[in-house]
Amino acid sequence: MASEEVIISLSNVVKAFGDNRVVDNFSLDIKKGQFVTILGPSGCGKTTTLRMIGGFELPTSGTILLNNQDITKLPPYKRPINTVFQRYALFAHLNVYDNVAFGLRLKKVPVKVKNRRGEEVIKMKHMKASEIDELVMKALEIVDLEELEERDISTLSGGQQQRVAIARCIVNKPEILLLDEPLGALDLKMRKEMQIELKDMHKKLGITFIYVTHDQEEALTMSDLIVVMKDGVIQQVGTPTEIYNEPKNAFVADFIGESNIYNAVMSGKKKVRFLAAEFKCLDDYPLNERVDVVVRPEDVILAKPGKGAIDGVIVDKIFKGVHYEYVIMIGKNELVAKSTKDFEEGPVSIDIEPDGIHIMEKEVLSNLYPNCEVNKDNTVDLSDASLEVDLTQLIKGSKIDDDDYLVAPNGKKYDLTGAKVTLEVALNKIEISDDTEFGQLTGTIVSSVYKGDHYQVTVRTEDDEDFILDTPDTWNENETVGVQINKQDISLRLKGNIEDYEI
Amino acid sequence: MKFRFQRKYFSIPYIIFLSLFVVIPIGLIIYYAFSDSTGMLSIEAARKFFSDTTKLDVILVSLFVAIQTTLICLLIGYPLAYFLASKKYNKNAVLIMLFIMPMWINFVLRTTATRDILFAINLTGGNSPYLATLIGMVYNYLPFVILPLYTTMLKLDHSQMEAAADLGANPAQVFIKSVIPQSVPGIISAITMTLVPVMSSYVISDALSEGNVTLIGNSIYINFANYQWNNGSFTAFVLLIVVLVSMFMTRNVNKQENARGGLW
Repeated sequence: MASEEVIISLSNVVKAFGDNRVVDNFSLDIKKGQFVTILGPSGCGKTTTLRMIGGFELPTSGTILLNNQDITKLPPYKRPINTVFQRYALFAHLNVYDNVAFGLRLKKVPVKVKNRRGEEVIKMKHMKASEIDELVMKALEIVDLEELEERDISTLSGGQQQRVAIARCIVNKPEILLLDEPLGALDLKMRKEMQIELKDMHKKLGITFIYVTHDQEEALTMSDLIVVMKDGVIQQVGTPTEIYNEPKNAFVADFIGESNIYNAVMSGKKKVRFLAAEFKCLDDYPLNERVDVVVRPEDVILAKPGKGAIDGVIVDKIFKGVHYEYVIMIGKNELVAKSTKDFEEGPVSIDIEPDGIHIMEKEVLSNLYPNCEVNKDNTVDLSDASLEVDLTQLIKGSKIDDDDYLVAPNGKKYDLTGAKVTLEVALNKIEISDDTEFGQLTGTIVSSVYKGDHYQVTVRTEDDEDFILDTPDTWNENETVGVQINKQDISLRLKGNIEDYEI
Repeated sequence: MKFRFQRKYFSIPYIIFLSLFVVIPIGLIIYYAFSDSTGMLSIEAARKFFSDTTKLDVILVSLFVAIQTTLICLLIGYPLAYFLASKKYNKNAVLIMLFIMPMWINFVLRTTATRDILFAINLTGGNSPYLATLIGMVYNYLPFVILPLYTTMLKLDHSQMEAAADLGANPAQVFIKSVIPQSVPGIISAITMTLVPVMSSYVISDALSEGNVTLIGNSIYINFANYQWNNGSFTAFVLLIVVLVSMFMTRNVNKQENARGGLW
């Protein structure tokens, strides 16, 4: 299993296509024998990172070391690294056996031969057919494809093709196996089976696996180490437990599993205030510091009304087999809870144990508003205002038709009414004015911090929503201001699948 | 009974055309090939064809010219199509247009021009008829080779090429082991589009070799010009068999290759 020896080391790797930095300052050491998963939403640069390790893309800057040797510019065929491609990329003109034997037939191995003078010399020779045969059969056995070796690729099912793709790589005994969303094309049941098989294979073979996926569950199930990426930047590196229990920021928490994320304020020593109530917690942050709080649905304790810390109303209840999933409204906030106990829709009370509350330092890179909902007229309620948003950014090249539906370039229509979205507004895109009639919202300045060349101002609205902005001007605390956010400056991220909203 | 229009009636004009201009003529060719000048059934034409060594020579020469033309066209056209279809050069269709453009100019005109150019460098039908014919053929049939190859090359699966490189193939090996096998359907189309037409063409060899190289096409023309309809028909019949056999063969190979990008 994983040893302390670093097999591959990426340092400050950057890949830019024009001005677009797809992978930005990526540094990571991977130990020999580890199962590492690079996890992130599509377009986060995870596949590009993998392709740079495989040698298919050259980094714009930075270095990649394999066993302490610089391989940054080495072409793919010279690297002891093999890849299982997203759509397998099997050779359609060859049968199963020849696909698997492909790498071995190209390989030259040192063989001792006698030269004319009878001296023993080492020559590089192609492998004998019998040797190749033995290795191919063994590889096919590992992936459970014995007796299919004569079959044409086109006659195989997706799962079988997947296995051929894996056999074709492991037969070469690579030092590192790269897997680019290999299970993406399989159905759910098959995917679950392959996850377990891949994990077993990894244990048996002892090869370092680098796995790329956007499926957090897959990552949690299989990996020794997870690297969470967003917009080309590593967000967090850690074991599955670390990533799940102690996400570093709201993005990781949101991306890894279902979670309730709230803006909160430290209200005392190891005390945090959110959902209009005070909870004990395990983390200590300075008093009055704004933080993000993550509560996993399974950590919410449900009780009869009046018996818990806060009261709410169950508005939705879904039976999920092992447990029930409840959607609870607490004031204006939504809380998702999972419980094996059966509660009726209606009033309920909830409590959260201190170890169920995870506190993260607030990201002040931008304003993030999770738990927003799209209204019928394509606006989003934030605090007491309805902000116009540009839904077309959810699908490239789409537009809004006369009935307020989102129309994709391929003609599919989406009705996003009720869709859950996360709003993001950059710090320099919020304008404030001492005219309270200016903009959509009003709030009070609660802090103004000088950051070297600008002030970072926090405006808090009456219902406790914060707007943080960078401004060159000085503002007085406790001043009431109008806040304006322009439609084009609000970026949206949809929770869940866009397909669910197709009409 | 009431007449009801059905979709299949749309095929009637084509069926009439097909029977008038394809089926009946082929029937006539076969009838003339196996009858004598009085219209009686006979194998006289066949006997004459196989006993006449010049006819067999013509077939051999035709095959030779056809195979050579096809090979040379492939040798020139394949790399050309590969580069034209590559990302770097395939930004607009101008380049491929340059290679296809000769097809727009009248065939007889083109051939006459070729003859004059060859004459200018002292390569005439008088001193080297075979070479002149070959050059003319290659020039005329090159677009027919480039086009199908280019279309298959556009559809090359780059991930397969990456996979080959990933498994240890250097660029030359990637080309041999992944690019060429993937382009087999295009190669077959290219062969079908040159091999048989070259054998039956006669204008090119007639004009460029000044009558010194006789292909099957020329031979048929001479027969018919001399009112030897039976002999001409039998030669045409032999050509028909060659076409059918070669089409049958390429179809079988194409089936194995999943018929991607093929023309038939």
